[in-house]
Amino acid sequence: MSNDRIVGIDLGTTNSLVAFMQGENPVVIPGEDGSNLVPSVVALDEHHQIIVGNAARKYLIETPERSVYSIKRLMGRGMEDIQEELKLFPFRLAEDMQVGEVLRIQLGHQAFTPPEISAFILRQLKRNAERFFNAPVVKAVITVPAYFNDAQRQATKDAGRIAGLEVLRLVNEPTAASLAYGLDKKQNGIVAVYDFGGGTFDISILKLHDGIFEVIATNGDTHLGGDDIDNLLIRIALDDIRGDMGNDLSRNGEAVATIRQAVIEAKIALSTQPAIKLDVELPDGGRYQREITREQFEQLIQPVIDRTVAPCKQALKDAGLKPEHIDEVVLVGGSTRIPKVRALVEEMFKRKPHTDLNPDEVVALGAAVQATILGGGSEATQNMLLLDVTPLSLGIEVAGGVTDKIILRNSTIPASATQYYTTQIDGQANVAIHVLQGERELATDCRSLARFDLRGIPPMTAGMPRIEVKFLIDANGILHVSAREQRSGKEAEIEVQPSYGLTDEQVESMILDSFDYAEEDFRRRQVIEAGNEAGTILAALEKGKQSPAWGKLTSDEKKKISKLEKALNEVRNEDDYASIRKAIDALNQGTMRLAELMMDSAVSSALKGKTMDEADMGEAPMAGHPVAKADFE
Amino acid sequence: MRASHFCSACGKVQPPVPVDYFSFFGFPRKLNVDTGLLEREFYELSRKLHPDLYARAESREQEWSMEQSSLLNDAYRTLKDPIKRTEYLLRLEGVELEEQSKAATEKARATGEVKKQVVPPDLLEEVFELNMQLEELRMQKKAGENDPMLIQEIGKQKMSLEAKYEALLNELRGYWDQWDKLVDSGAEEDRRKVRDKMLDLLNRRNYVRNLVRDVTEALESST
Repeated sequence: MSNDRIVGIDLGTTNSLVAFMQGENPVVIPGEDGSNLVPSVVALDEHHQIIVGNAARKYLIETPERSVYSIKRLMGRGMEDIQEELKLFPFRLAEDMQVGEVLRIQLGHQAFTPPEISAFILRQLKRNAERFFNAPVVKAVITVPAYFNDAQRQATKDAGRIAGLEVLRLVNEPTAASLAYGLDKKQNGIVAVYDFGGGTFDISILKLHDGIFEVIATNGDTHLGGDDIDNLLIRIALDDIRGDMGNDLSRNGEAVATIRQAVIEAKIALSTQPAIKLDVELPDGGRYQREITREQFEQLIQPVIDRTVAPCKQALKDAGLKPEHIDEVVLVGGSTRIPKVRALVEEMFKRKPHTDLNPDEVVALGAAVQATILGGGSEATQNMLLLDVTPLSLGIEVAGGVTDKIILRNSTIPASATQYYTTQIDGQANVAIHVLQGERELATDCRSLARFDLRGIPPMTAGMPRIEVKFLIDANGILHVSAREQRSGKEAEIEVQPSYGLTDEQVESMILDSFDYAEEDFRRRQVIEAGNEAGTILAALEKGKQSPAWGKLTSDEKKKISKLEKALNEVRNEDDYASIRKAIDALNQGTMRLAELMMDSAVSSALKGKTMDEADMGEAPMAGHPVAKADFE
Repeated sequence: MRASHFCSACGKVQPPVPVDYFSFFGFPRKLNVDTGLLEREFYELSRKLHPDLYARAESREQEWSMEQSSLLNDAYRTLKDPIKRTEYLLRLEGVELEEQSKAATEKARATGEVKKQVVPPDLLEEVFELNMQLEELRMQKKAGENDPMLIQEIGKQKMSLEAKYEALLNELRGYWDQWDKLVDSGAEEDRRKVRDKMLDLLNRRNYVRNLVRDVTEALESST
């Protein structure tokens, strides 16, 4: 039962959150420190322990070489894609990295792929949820930017698997936000979700109709967000420092991290104040001070926020709508707190945006709604159904290096297309298919998704085989390919070479590598289960004390039981499985006679014409009773 | 037909059987489609077939739901768009549609082949004049000049082409009525005539669409 509890996770560039539906309302689950947001920061401490979230933030400044942030920017990316990011972000690639390999990031002496680092964050969220429920959590819905391509989605799914989560669905962030919005509003109409986060920008236009959330068009930029604003401010500070003090700090990780922290605070303050004073104590003892007015700030960020305009226009065009057709614009993502961004949205859609929802939390809340829908629904989610689209066209490379689009962008998913292939020479046994994602006409301008090699084609004259290849994009936006040679009816063998990303074997081996962490998870799970079992037994004992059987015990027996009860109460909330287990077993042993007496009285009541139920024997604390355990099987 | 998507006894999703998109919705193979009804049917079937509803089902049912629901989405996408619907029907009738897509144009360019494209006779004069103007525009751009009169002239041509593009859709609707009347009772000969007329119209329309696209690109790159 509780094993089926599905949580919603927003795995963000800057912050990550986990949420669930409490009754009819989605709520965020706070971490141990009480904070709803878990900063997406991962660090390795001096004991080679992985630290995640708020606790990891101090390492960004203290030991930047052993910490990493904004890892989402590297998900599903190749070496050649990230040259720009490397200039702006302190990502340290593993020294032995080869081109064409999945990226690996150096943390101290260890190297991790982006999905593994994301898995550390997911593991932390999983733990927070387990602590909150006092029960294991193994199923999740995870959100991704709507404009994420196949490789980025696959990488996110891999991260979930590595963290020990079954990812039931990847949901697009703006769409998730619309679920939270729609749950609240319950109104039909056209809604635009403008999602400007830490590292990504998405725009989605949806039609809400009696519980159906139909995405009509989506667009975006997976490398546009608050990070870009921070980097502009950092650049200015570094230039100032070089100019004023003749000191180039751009290669000093600690200094850059300190400045970054300060400009982020300044950026946030400028959303409410007309001007702020930057005052940074530099690690070398120097001091950097500067005043920034909101006007200066707005001028500076204009080029960044202007980059959101083209995707919005394209989405409207694809939806066949004009701004005046939009009934409501919903703002999502921390960057939409900037007044200038709100003004831009208002100007573009010719209406005041809806700002009632917490832009940091609404995506996670929507993920929780989707989790409930997948879990069978509740009264609140009744009739709610999400129909999402694929953000990018799927194509195959044909003669002349041209992309032949077979599934167009903004097609409702699942979506499929069937193509037929044949051979060029007699007896040819293999056919290669290059699958691409993107809108451009030439294959080289599109994103290479994978190369599929159809094998084992029965020998025939050239042009004779008729190989049917089915491309299917599932509800997660991930591609599946199957092939069949029609003349022989033989299922063709497909070998997939993902252009960017981990093979299944690599993921499997990472799951094994993460066994250390899994052991820790297992230990925690045991503790949680034992704690629950203790609760059940203690409750049953409480009932037993009210029963007539209790009076039949000797005072020694009663005293002994009370002692054991006290012992279990003392350890039940401790983080120590062995001692809880021991105390449970001892109490079980000690209450054996009480259980027998209760059973007797139940039987005799039954003989007197009462039912067993009325005699209330079901809850009796009996040795080794399975009540508590059943919950986890 | 629709009933076959589900088990008649338990109401659960069944593996898809190969049907055409019209049959999937239980519609006759006619071109006039009540798009309001189509949308209602789409929503109703989505509520029964979507993978979200089978997240907890056994993997076989999950697979069927994914296949059925992709078929549903593919069918809806095709039938709700008047042009795609017509093209689909023509294909069902065994017509090979001439490939006029941009991909084909690019491919021809990349391989150095000349793409066979027949100018519709009623457009010959217009196209001839337009091509001259576009050529002039390119020359001017090369020389770094900019003639607002010429750009205005081309802009006018573009508008007239766009109007033509719209008018062709209305013309197509006229053929739909003819086709739908012939579906049940018409002679093979008459049906073929209407079919060929629709095919000719679609080709003309694609030609106009490509022209509009080329003109738009030329204008955008020169302003």
